Amino acid sequence: MKVRHFISGMACASLLAGGLLVGAAQAQDSIYVPLFTYRTGPYANSGIPIANGMHDYLTMLNERDGGIGGVKLNVEECETGYDTKKGVECWEQTKDKHPTVVNPFSTGITLQLIPKASVDKIPILSMAYGLSASAVGKDFPWVFNPPATYWDGMSMIIRYIGNKEGGLDKLKGKKIGFIFLDAGYGREPIPLLEQLAKDYGFEVKLYPVAGKEMQDQSGQWLSVRRDRPNWMIMWGWGAMNPTAIKRASENGYPMDHFIGIWWSGSDDDARGGGQAAKGYLALNFSGLGSNYPAIQDIKKYVVDKGKSQVEKDKFADTFYNRGVYNTAIVAEAIRNAQKITGKKVVDGTDVRRGLETLNITPARWKELGFPDFGAPVKVTCDDHNGHSPAYMQQWDGTKWVKASDWIEPMKDKVDPLLEKAAADYVKSNAGWPKRTEACDKSS
Amino acid sequence: MLYRETGQFKTTYQSDSAIFPILQDRIGLAVILAVAFIAIPATRNDFIINAVMTPFLIFALASIGLNILTGYTGLLSLGTGAFMGVGAYACYKLTTIFPQVNILVWVVASGFFSAAVGVLFGLPSLRIKGFYLAIATLAAQFFLEWCFIRVPWLYNYNVSGAIEVPQRELFGIIVTGPRATSETRYYIVLTLVVVLTWLASNLVHGRIGRMWMAVRDMDLAAELMGIRLLPTKLLAFAVSSFYCGVAGALMVFLWYGGAEASVFGINQSFTILFMVIIGGLGSMIGSFMGAALIFILPILLRFVPESLGLPLQSATVEQLSFMIVGAMIIVILIVEPAGLARLWQITKQKLRVWPFPY
Repeated sequence: MKVRHFISGMACASLLAGGLLVGAAQAQDSIYVPLFTYRTGPYANSGIPIANGMHDYLTMLNERDGGIGGVKLNVEECETGYDTKKGVECWEQTKDKHPTVVNPFSTGITLQLIPKASVDKIPILSMAYGLSASAVGKDFPWVFNPPATYWDGMSMIIRYIGNKEGGLDKLKGKKIGFIFLDAGYGREPIPLLEQLAKDYGFEVKLYPVAGKEMQDQSGQWLSVRRDRPNWMIMWGWGAMNPTAIKRASENGYPMDHFIGIWWSGSDDDARGGGQAAKGYLALNFSGLGSNYPAIQDIKKYVVDKGKSQVEKDKFADTFYNRGVYNTAIVAEAIRNAQKITGKKVVDGTDVRRGLETLNITPARWKELGFPDFGAPVKVTCDDHNGHSPAYMQQWDGTKWVKASDWIEPMKDKVDPLLEKAAADYVKSNAGWPKRTEACDKSS
Repeated sequence: MLYRETGQFKTTYQSDSAIFPILQDRIGLAVILAVAFIAIPATRNDFIINAVMTPFLIFALASIGLNILTGYTGLLSLGTGAFMGVGAYACYKLTTIFPQVNILVWVVASGFFSAAVGVLFGLPSLRIKGFYLAIATLAAQFFLEWCFIRVPWLYNYNVSGAIEVPQRELFGIIVTGPRATSETRYYIVLTLVVVLTWLASNLVHGRIGRMWMAVRDMDLAAELMGIRLLPTKLLAFAVSSFYCGVAGALMVFLWYGGAEASVFGINQSFTILFMVIIGGLGSMIGSFMGAALIFILPILLRFVPESLGLPLQSATVEQLSFMIVGAMIIVILIVEPAGLARLWQITKQKLRVWPFPY
């Protein structure tokens, strides 16, 4: 009896050990694109649509075009659960398979991976999240964060508020509240906000929301009620967003004076507030709806064939399109890399050069099947971001509608901060490698 | 058969009361150490070294720390994550203020900072016990976590609020920062964990350990026997926090390479507590077994569907491994509430008489 248990135990153990070894061996005639996604954990409601969007666009390229440049894409998801520990695990797990680019989709994970990128020769694409300072290409050759940094986003929001108030000089004496997830992500824009407050003479009220109280927030909104800020700005993520929107409407805060960053503007976020959330604003840099040829192709080649995990009514919602935008940049970088190197099967080193020469003009967006889907993005060796404009979207009670034109960031305010932050980072990380990577001509 | 100890005669008291009285155990330990020191680095597989073994050792060290407090002294603590954080932040501050000092000195020194904080929050333990003490340590957890977020001096006013590990060298070899090889980091963690485990094992088997256990089993009786409760309990808090602090510093400096305050949240405390409970309260080997079950098993489970050729989504696998590990924890606690260490002891007893049980 006992012996049998022992034998079956051994069998299980050897199975597990075998699995570990198999995981490392993979074929190398495809382009490997790992997707760090999270469909589990407290941030899954934000993570699932993005994961679907990224996965479906790359699958569509495989189905429609047979991959990129005739080489199939090997798309593999690695579940991080928005957990830093698992994100690092995913990195270790994928790095031997020559990933072309890694999208961590978590500021916490990005911060951990930035130092590893240059060592393992894998570029990181942290699309409009992560470390703002990594936009400085001379210090961070392996990290890219197009189309805009958080600081750009904050300056766009202030510019929008200024427009609504009748000019930036009218901000004097106004009170602007900032409710944010109390983590690296939420705290990042504070220095710029304080700088702008000084420049334009408005007052800033900070309302930090700790991760564990993001589904409550009653204390923060009580303070909002007391302080009565003229405008509210939110840097939220996951379950924090719908809660904040609900609390705002419960407390009678005027929704059209409540503005979220691009990560606080998914359909699920606003839907939780329903009709009461009507008027809520959020920045966005990816197109709305499914009215784009490429998105229609995703529907035709992937969703209708049952190769997607997306629920029918959530297809092409805001964050789904955000995921598509992310992989559209990845695909373009791979194409660039193929063009520069002349190789068909590219690896991380090549795609880094591809990302550095990324230049998506309006005409190029159209060629890709995304007319007016995003603003033009141009990445150079020095500028790994592009500082592209974004637009304001507004919740009409059932769906998001475009509420403004493209809003340009305040480059003159953001650039000095970026340079300083990058210099600080390099200084505090003694032994930070000097950039040795040569610069390619823009294609 | 394997464990037949016929012919192993103890001729001195010393050999009779040794921690590993049986020859086979000593051989087994030597084999384990050989595997850890030679075979695992020889695989040169970054995933195994970096994402499996190094974290496992660090968690085992933290479990030993909590086990000293909860398992040996019977004081329930929910502040482990925060004490680990104290170690990590102390080490970060020390190495940024005095960059020329050897980083390993600071890793160990940060343990003393953690110990001091542990003693401070251990003071109520004289008056309150059991669940009430758990709540008091929970206060430590929340207070310290608040400090990690709210005191910008602790993270050198970094905009992102995270601590980043600078590059440090030891005898000309890079040991921290991204350019340190995983083998170097693994060796340092392994050596520290082996040395500290040996120390802890001697501590709990000696006079101090017996004092702790006397307090655990019945503090009134212990007091009547002349054991002073407050110093004993505070010593347990100090030693326990020291281990947790070193584990926290190792975690950030030799594994993560940078951390946000959320890493040292209440979840971390619970994870370590679960490791201790599953592994076995009051057992050194249990700390290692618990860490292995809670940390390594989910990683291994993730590879099972792939190796069997099942086309499962990574999220599904994740959910499955949550469920399987959860079920296993329940099964293990039903089969043997005293944890894996006890299970191992029973197995060993069976093996000693196998194949002719009596």
